[in-house]
Amino acid sequence: MNKEASDAVRPIDIITKKLHKRYKAEKRFKFYGILAIFLSLSFLLLLFVSIIGNGYSAFLQTYVQLEINFDPAVIDTGNLASVNFPGLVKQTLREKFPQAKSRKEKKQLYSLVSSGSSFQLQRMVEDNPSLIGKTEKIWVPADDDVDMLFKGYIARDVPESDRRLTDFQLQLLDTWEQEGKIKKQFNTTFFTAGDSREPELAGIMGAMSGSLLTLALTLALSFPIGVAAAVYLEEFAPRNRWIDIVEVNINNLAAVPSIVFGLLGLAVFINFFNLPRSTPVVGGLVLTIMTLPVIIIASRASLQSVPPSIREAALGVGASKMQMVFHHVIPLAMPGMLTGTIIGMARALGETAPLLMIGMVAFIVDIPSSFTDPATALPVQIFLWADSPERAFVERTSAAIIVLLAFLIVMNSLAVILRNRFERRW
Amino acid sequence: MSSTALIITLLALSVIGYHLGRKRAFSFGERSGGVRFLHSRPVYYGLLTALWCAVPALLIFTIWQVFETSIISNIIVSDLPEQIRTLPESRLNLVINDIKNLVSGNIVSGDIKPEIRQAAEHYKNLQSISNGALSVIIITLAVASIFLIWRKINPTLRARNHVEKIFTVFLIACSTFAIFTTIGIVLSVLFEAIRFFKVVPVTEFIFGLDWSPQMAIRADQVGSSGAFGAIPVFTGTLMISGIAMIVAVPLGLMSAIYLSEYANKGFRAVAKPLLEILAGIPTVVYGFFAALTIAPFIRDIGVSMGLDVSSESALAAGLVMGIMIIPFVSSLSDDVINAVPQAMRDGAYALGATPSETIKQVVVPAALPGIVGGVLLAVSRAIGETMIVVMAAGLAANLTANPLQAVTTVTVQIVTLLVGDQEFDSPKTLAAFALGLLLFIVTLILNIIALYVVRKYREQYE
Repeated sequence: MNKEASDAVRPIDIITKKLHKRYKAEKRFKFYGILAIFLSLSFLLLLFVSIIGNGYSAFLQTYVQLEINFDPAVIDTGNLASVNFPGLVKQTLREKFPQAKSRKEKKQLYSLVSSGSSFQLQRMVEDNPSLIGKTEKIWVPADDDVDMLFKGYIARDVPESDRRLTDFQLQLLDTWEQEGKIKKQFNTTFFTAGDSREPELAGIMGAMSGSLLTLALTLALSFPIGVAAAVYLEEFAPRNRWIDIVEVNINNLAAVPSIVFGLLGLAVFINFFNLPRSTPVVGGLVLTIMTLPVIIIASRASLQSVPPSIREAALGVGASKMQMVFHHVIPLAMPGMLTGTIIGMARALGETAPLLMIGMVAFIVDIPSSFTDPATALPVQIFLWADSPERAFVERTSAAIIVLLAFLIVMNSLAVILRNRFERRW
Repeated sequence: MSSTALIITLLALSVIGYHLGRKRAFSFGERSGGVRFLHSRPVYYGLLTALWCAVPALLIFTIWQVFETSIISNIIVSDLPEQIRTLPESRLNLVINDIKNLVSGNIVSGDIKPEIRQAAEHYKNLQSISNGALSVIIITLAVASIFLIWRKINPTLRARNHVEKIFTVFLIACSTFAIFTTIGIVLSVLFEAIRFFKVVPVTEFIFGLDWSPQMAIRADQVGSSGAFGAIPVFTGTLMISGIAMIVAVPLGLMSAIYLSEYANKGFRAVAKPLLEILAGIPTVVYGFFAALTIAPFIRDIGVSMGLDVSSESALAAGLVMGIMIIPFVSSLSDDVINAVPQAMRDGAYALGATPSETIKQVVVPAALPGIVGGVLLAVSRAIGETMIVVMAAGLAANLTANPLQAVTTVTVQIVTLLVGDQEFDSPKTLAAFALGLLLFIVTLILNIIALYVVRKYREQYE
């Protein structure tokens, strides 16, 4: 009857139509959320896959077997240091492959074996002088290019000029392999040696002990100072302007870029106090200053969570304020403080930039044994190796990262366990 | 006596002091009919003796160690022959270094002159005298204080109050660390920066368009004169941080929204710690990842599309930095989103809003100040981030807006200018401190604003 009314759009239709759109928008929004998490986690996965994929092969190393004749005519027992062990290795190689005639071919032959093999022989003779005069079969590390070839990182089917190994070297290696004189075994050098320019001789022991010394100093200084500062600010400090300034400062320091702490270390500890460069002492001091805010903030949170009834009870039975804090509050807050400290230490372990500033980036072969020896740290070693052009250092860098991440995972799990086991909810 | 042995002796002495003090307190207690007649518990008498034994001696030890080297060096210099003493300062320092190297048995540059060798002998002599004197002074002091305190112990000595006072002083001293660190940072970068600005005017530094800090060290050397216009460095920093924020803010914010508003408990318990792993990975690892995996990947894509992509593109560094910052943005936003009262959501639902509309029109606007604060903190992190850009971004300061080209950042320049050998009066080295000062000021301002905003916001809903 009324044409206009039936033609007019009913409000419910608009709402239904819009509702459909709104539900779609709802679904899209939810999808974006899942997508964001998925993307972030896939980056994490990609990172782990790329590091582990590049690094796992560094835990194996290619060794070649040499039949060394410890000729008494060559080895002078009176002065082992002057014995021509490299010559001994070269002679063995020449006897093994008489087909290497020209100078160039001989040079290619010698370069198949790591330059560290002569030191290995020297050590063997030092440890066991009865070897002299005997002929022994000895496994020595292969050169890094050979190692890369057997791990499949050097393609054989490219033109000779594009390859690190020549056709002649490949031919020699094939003969060797057929004789069963090439094998891969666990790379102990990587865990026991210091840094080296030769990838097959380079290890992380030096960097690890550097990190250990640095962290030991950091822990020894930052834990007591951090806890003491937190206890004062939380339990004793009067509420006034001065304390406000201190608190603002602590919160700010927690967010100051780490490289600025490096500048501080360089200007104050090295230039002003004349402490030795590149040493764990300075590294430890700089990392202490850097981790203290983290520890103080965590310790304060932990102290805050201890209920006031504990304090009142202690004061009620006649404890002094100091006794109340040291006998009751601190023991109850300890798990939280330790958790914060471990997290701070984990951060300090992974920190690189401030250590670059104070010169812990030097090429150091010796394994540091005291706080004033020149040293590097594990993350700095990673940085140094990442800059090296050799292909073999790529896998060693990744392997060092795996070791570093393993340490961090252990420390963080420890913190989580500690929190779950001991932290009380009041 | 070596310093380690000295410290160990000192600790042993203070342990002995503790026992002596405690025992004396007990003996007084027995004489007067029980320890309850003493002013404090016997432990405090022991602690008081131990503290008096160790603390003054340790203080002297530290002061001695700090000044020993410079005092000995001064004595050595004043004993050197006239013609060496009057050398310019840099040459004199080399001579002193030679002497020190000779003392510690290191390799010495060039051949050793007899007077240098003599000076080294003298140095060794002085060092052993100083060591001996220090040992004697410290041990005498420690033993004397044990004896004095031991004599002073009697039932009316207020040992607990003394010990507590010493503890309070220690606690206060520890709490001032933050102030001293801040002062230390400001002074250490400020002085060097002022020296830099005496050579290079501030206006040239802040508004100059050309950055090439390599300069001739000697006057007769061929080399550029050095240009210190920091604009290309700033734009590079801004570009990389900007790319990082473009990656991190949407991903971090959406993750936080999903985790706090949609996800069930189980998913949240798994995804949140996994996301936080991203924050725990050392930056050097991200740097290696960027240089090894992401940068070649981006270059390959670019080349296949016919673009000219640098192998150290800003895009690669920014992308990886963004990944690193995701957990900061997400956990800070998570906190503030959770702080929005449930009543506000319920109100929106009651009016018929869908969850996404509630989030977009109620929750996020309510949480916005907190989110902005979190993002500002993330920006300050991105600006100060060092290792990723050192390993994946370039060294050359290009003034460009193209993210596929190599740019450099403030932190990269600080590292390249300060790593390696350096002299402390060249503008090149001082430039690093000027950049450091700028970095500190900018991050400080960002942090203060962010912390203020976050705190203000938290109070609003508490």
